[in-house]
Amino acid sequence: MIDFEPSDEQKLVVETVRSFAASEMRPRARESFEARKLPDDAIARAHELGLVASALPEEHGGGGERSAVTAALVIEELAWGDLAIALGILSPALVAYPVCDFGSPEQRRTLLPAFTGDRFVPGSLAVVEPCFRFDAERPQTRARREGSGFSLSGRKCFVPWQSGGGEVLVSATTDDGAALFLVPRTASGLVATPERNMGIGALPTVELALEDVRLPAQARVGKSDGSELAALLVRGRVALAAAAVGVARAAYEVARDYAKERQTFGAPIATRQAIAFKLADMAIEIDGARLLAWEAAWTLDQGADATRAAALAHQQAARVALEVADGAVQVLGGHGYTREYLPEMHLRDARGFASFEAIALV
Amino acid sequence: MPISFDPTPNTRIARDYYHRVAVEQMRPLSRRYDDEEHAFPQQWVDWFWREGRKGPEGLEWSGPQDGMIRVCVQAEELCWGDAALYLRMPTPALGGSAVAAAGTQEQKARFLARFGSDGPPVWGAMAITEALAGSDAAAIQTTARLDGDEWVLNGTKIFCTSGESASTHEGGFVVVWATVDKSAGRAGIKSFVVPARTPGMRLLGLENKLGIRASDTATLVFEDCRIPRENLLGSAEVKKRDAKAGGDKGFKGAMATFDASRPIVAAMAVGVGRASLDFVREELAREGVAIRYGAPRHAQGAIERDVLEMEAELQAARLLTWRAASMMSHGRPNNLEASMAKAKAGLVVTRVTQKAVEILGPRAYSQQLLLEKWMRDAKINDIYEGTQQINQLIVARRILDYSSGMLR
Repeated sequence: MIDFEPSDEQKLVVETVRSFAASEMRPRARESFEARKLPDDAIARAHELGLVASALPEEHGGGGERSAVTAALVIEELAWGDLAIALGILSPALVAYPVCDFGSPEQRRTLLPAFTGDRFVPGSLAVVEPCFRFDAERPQTRARREGSGFSLSGRKCFVPWQSGGGEVLVSATTDDGAALFLVPRTASGLVATPERNMGIGALPTVELALEDVRLPAQARVGKSDGSELAALLVRGRVALAAAAVGVARAAYEVARDYAKERQTFGAPIATRQAIAFKLADMAIEIDGARLLAWEAAWTLDQGADATRAAALAHQQAARVALEVADGAVQVLGGHGYTREYLPEMHLRDARGFASFEAIALV
Repeated sequence: MPISFDPTPNTRIARDYYHRVAVEQMRPLSRRYDDEEHAFPQQWVDWFWREGRKGPEGLEWSGPQDGMIRVCVQAEELCWGDAALYLRMPTPALGGSAVAAAGTQEQKARFLARFGSDGPPVWGAMAITEALAGSDAAAIQTTARLDGDEWVLNGTKIFCTSGESASTHEGGFVVVWATVDKSAGRAGIKSFVVPARTPGMRLLGLENKLGIRASDTATLVFEDCRIPRENLLGSAEVKKRDAKAGGDKGFKGAMATFDASRPIVAAMAVGVGRASLDFVREELAREGVAIRYGAPRHAQGAIERDVLEMEAELQAARLLTWRAASMMSHGRPNNLEASMAKAKAGLVVTRVTQKAVEILGPRAYSQQLLLEKWMRDAKINDIYEGTQQINQLIVARRILDYSSGMLR
């Protein structure tokens, strides 16, 4: 039956994450952005919530409760707190989920336990490439056969690069099709250059140059026919849609609260239709985008092809996030343009959804 | 129930059945009754009365919670067929919603039983709008005066959907909003059931419209129109200036009809939008234009982008509609969500149908195809049952926690 109520368990998770986001993330959002540094203590505390570990298989120490819908609910709440910190908190999934979904039993046994332990271990996924004709499903990064193994060459960007990470998962095109490869951060021929982007300021990201990076055959995760990269991208789009909804909601709430406080001509600006209707449109658009994200996530959980649902959700949520963040800056007027308030940061973050791919996963 | 997008078996059965009705019974008549604006669609009315109103076979009782989404799916399919013929179906329509919402058991039996019985087809209608009272329903000027055991109605109603059918075919009825006490404002507004052919109720004329032409939109005049005292829906009591204590409960109760009807109108809008979108996609496929989901933006063509956006917008509208419907089925207040759905769907269907005419070019502008008709039919969805702006106002008041006095 078509229904829009999260389960009691999901409600509890949402409540927990929302309160964490409000107390641990939101108050740190601005300072983290300005310092271009993640609040490591907050990330460590988020790790205790087990948001990624709970979704990993029990045999590897996880909770065995993988649900894209639950993940979408969690991601929205975290992104509402702060997008960059949210991505930092969830980065273990960037390696853990694909290994879990496509990896060999050996890869799962070797890699997954690290993500279910007491210590936070970040993950890195390198999908996006710094070029105009970037096509996530057809990476220009090449993986040539080299003896029994591979040699990778190419460039990647927007690669989350928190300290303490082991392997980075890299998408590359083989002679047969696109595939995913586990590359040690210490691999020779791999050069990581820190990035500065318009938004997601607190998240350390790097541009990766790969020059003849030699890998053994077992570094490949899954097959080489492109199907797994495609599936991963769909999971990424659902995650991005949920994150975009979170950012939009954050910006909208700031604008709404400000509009009820700010007085002009003797009354709050929220009592003027020009402002009130703008806020109403924001609320409607956010809810619509959220439901699209839920539908795409639910489709994944059914084991069905979610390509279309994910594309629609991603496109809609990315548009809504940008428009709402821009609208929020506008509602705050000159104050919205200052870094004293958050909407200008939401606007920077929101623009990224058009360019990000697989920077978070469900 | 957890989050799910899986329709029940009943909803699937209804969807398939009404889709077939749309294809076989409605589409073949679409152009004709758009051209012949005030003609009576005899064939459709007869078929619906004979067959259609029985609904699909094989539905099983699956609890009350299944209800509203199924009604929305049904409305979407039938309006995919033809929105105007949908409105012209012999049903109690909004008049029925008002009786169902505010009527006593006796009133429901008296006014609604006729719709399930044999005999010639009958219609219900709701008459609210006046020349000087549209969105501002509290400004209604039509009066109702108690005279002995009868209410006496005086005034003129416009934009009454199915007003001709409901007022002239024996057995039908029009629910008329009128004030029993102008000094009481909203609290004085009550609704009355006026049976078809009641002396003093007169059809003054029919609108010539941009679209939904097979649906009659009537002007009804009430001149000393007398109806039995027991045709008042709800209480006759007027509690003045005591809104906090629920003084204008009658008016609010009447407005609550919209919480039920707005998701249906939103679903109707989605149906018209989908008609255009389906047609565009089929034509593009024939022309070899593929829609690639998830292809990079730089690789997408302009038309591909348009179609993807139309799909996403329409689906967002559909899901908002189903959410409002689902909440209603669960017995939860859905005033905010119903207005969100209606505002979104009204706007989306307007844009989608206009874009469809643009994309398919000269042929779409021609009246050989139905795309131009769907564009004309679509626009009403952003106007009736609460305009875009009224729904924005309702949403805004809710999200800001403002009363109607604080946000006007």
